[in-house]
Amino acid sequence: MADVQLKNIKKNYGDVEVLHGIELDIKHGEFVVLVGASGCGKSTLLRLIAGLEDISSGELSIADRVVNNLPPAKRGIAMVFQSYALYPHMSVFKNMSYGLKIAGKSKADIREKVEEAARILHIDHLLDRLPRELSGGQRQRVAIGRAIVRDPNVFLFDEPLSNLDAALRVKTRVEISKLHQELGATIIYVTHDQVEAMTLGDKIVVMNEGRVEQCGSPLELYQHPKTQFVAGFIGSPKMNFMDGRVSAINSEYLDIKLSNGTITQAHVESADLAIGDSVTIGIRPEHMQEGTDAEMVLEGQVTLVEQLGEASFVYMQLDDGAEIIVRASGESTTTIGERIKVCFSPVSAHVFSQSGQAMRRLKAGNVKSHAELARLKAVGAG
Amino acid sequence: MLNQMTIPQKLSIKHGSGKKVMMHGVLMIYTFIALFPIFVIIINAFKTRKAIFKDPLALPTPDTFSMVGFEQVLLRSEFELFFANSMVVTLLSLFFVLLLGAMVAFALTEYKFRGNLFIAILFAMGIMIPIRLGTVSILNLMSNLNLVNTLTALVLVYIAQGLPLAVYILSEFIRQIPKELKEAARCDNVSEYKIFFTIVLPLIRPALATVAVFTMIPIWNDLWFPLILAPGEGNQTITLGVQQFIGQYVTDWNSVLAALTLAIVPVLVLYLIFSRQLIRGLTSGAVK
Repeated sequence: MADVQLKNIKKNYGDVEVLHGIELDIKHGEFVVLVGASGCGKSTLLRLIAGLEDISSGELSIADRVVNNLPPAKRGIAMVFQSYALYPHMSVFKNMSYGLKIAGKSKADIREKVEEAARILHIDHLLDRLPRELSGGQRQRVAIGRAIVRDPNVFLFDEPLSNLDAALRVKTRVEISKLHQELGATIIYVTHDQVEAMTLGDKIVVMNEGRVEQCGSPLELYQHPKTQFVAGFIGSPKMNFMDGRVSAINSEYLDIKLSNGTITQAHVESADLAIGDSVTIGIRPEHMQEGTDAEMVLEGQVTLVEQLGEASFVYMQLDDGAEIIVRASGESTTTIGERIKVCFSPVSAHVFSQSGQAMRRLKAGNVKSHAELARLKAVGAG
Repeated sequence: MLNQMTIPQKLSIKHGSGKKVMMHGVLMIYTFIALFPIFVIIINAFKTRKAIFKDPLALPTPDTFSMVGFEQVLLRSEFELFFANSMVVTLLSLFFVLLLGAMVAFALTEYKFRGNLFIAILFAMGIMIPIRLGTVSILNLMSNLNLVNTLTALVLVYIAQGLPLAVYILSEFIRQIPKELKEAARCDNVSEYKIFFTIVLPLIRPALATVAVFTMIPIWNDLWFPLILAPGEGNQTITLGVQQFIGQYVTDWNSVLAALTLAIVPVLVLYLIFSRQLIRGLTSGAVK
């Protein structure tokens, strides 16, 4: 079983600490996505796990073995780099087989393994080509193939899709997801793209400034972000934030007075909030709509409309200057400059304290990952 | 990626045609100046002594054509021996300069260790200070080592002479090899030696060819160190051997010019071999 455990992992460069004690527990077969803005330390963490950089303190174990001081090759990992890092002067076959050859495998073994990996990745017709004769997507597959043939316990992916164009990115994303199901291997995947994180991960680790901000299933992060940072990071377009003050505390909801005077409800726990505390209220663009059908209504001036076909993003400015985005229906006829009313339900509101901590939402939806759901269904059926 | 460094991207076709003519004009004048002495040597090598002095710039005619210089050089001197000495010294020095130079460059760019900068500075000083300033101490050293009048002495001195520039140029190229390539290899359990020989060396082949050309020509043409370190009969190199035809009172110009003409051939062949590598390096990544 290839569990990966990180205990209080720290990394400094000279006096600068870039990772401040990372704790992470990754189960065998899990697809874990490390996500965060650039410079948050996610790539550094991956390189520490790979063994390409030294761990300053803490303990890293892979498959119940502490590997802090082992070289990359002895850790049972395989890494796929953002730039693919294919050996430019070697054919695809040689690129994929080089590690096996170094390991002293027999020629027949090598051929069998490489051909099998090539078949899985549909690159069997490219084995004699040089990397420069391949397209970006094909190079990407060769890089993945090179990782597969080594039969690693853990696959490490460092932003593998960011060099591909949009269409290919979506396609490769689906393929990586299928590959994970097929191989059943543990995968640690780094990306700055929250859509990739949401679609691929069984578990998402949101990182910010060298710390784990939150770790959980995609829907848990979406429904119950623990901090304002995670709330803003997961979801697209970004969650709308508005400043306000607590005006009444109830067991099932809070009343919050926005800076424009509107009083709005939010179905969250009050925790240690007191009346008069300043808070930030957050509502996702997709939980707002045009009109006055829901309980809470806001009014403002439209500054921009983006029509996507299935939906329109309406950018508007409230009277107190706050900018918000509303995901309106695709048939919305709103135009720039118009004054409109938008509304949302207090159930979908998030509330964050001044320090950025979220209040637990009381009526949020399902938070189970598809893997968990499948497991539950299987248990239920059995 | 790596190949981009060898493509002179700015050299596009977008220059105006006037500029182009001027550029080619300048280059042609330069080529003419550079080739003129060689041209004079070659035409005069095939002329009689009288004709050489009468009209040094004339081409050989049936009347003035003569191979007496070549006969003299090939039959009445130890030309083959000089030639072989030069070949051995040049090729051995070249091999070690390239191998050691690339190894030093790899170590200096790839690994962080105490004294890294100090060693790099020593090599930089090697570029700035001509090795000939140290001739006396070198001669002393060689005499203490009992290496005077051996080709080994020459090879050692030429390695020292060629290394600094080689390290400098190769470091630049090695620095441009993406670090992910080496990291990927380390994940593949490839040893550091194997990384150097199977990944780094093949990728800096164009740079090695450049360094080879820069290193080879001064060694082949050198007169100074052969004269000082290995002037004995059996160890003369070709440039030194030619000197025997130049006397204080009489100089056998036919033989001198014939010997020089013959001496051009091997450098030319080596140059052609390396420049093929250069061109291959320039075009190998052009498709991306």
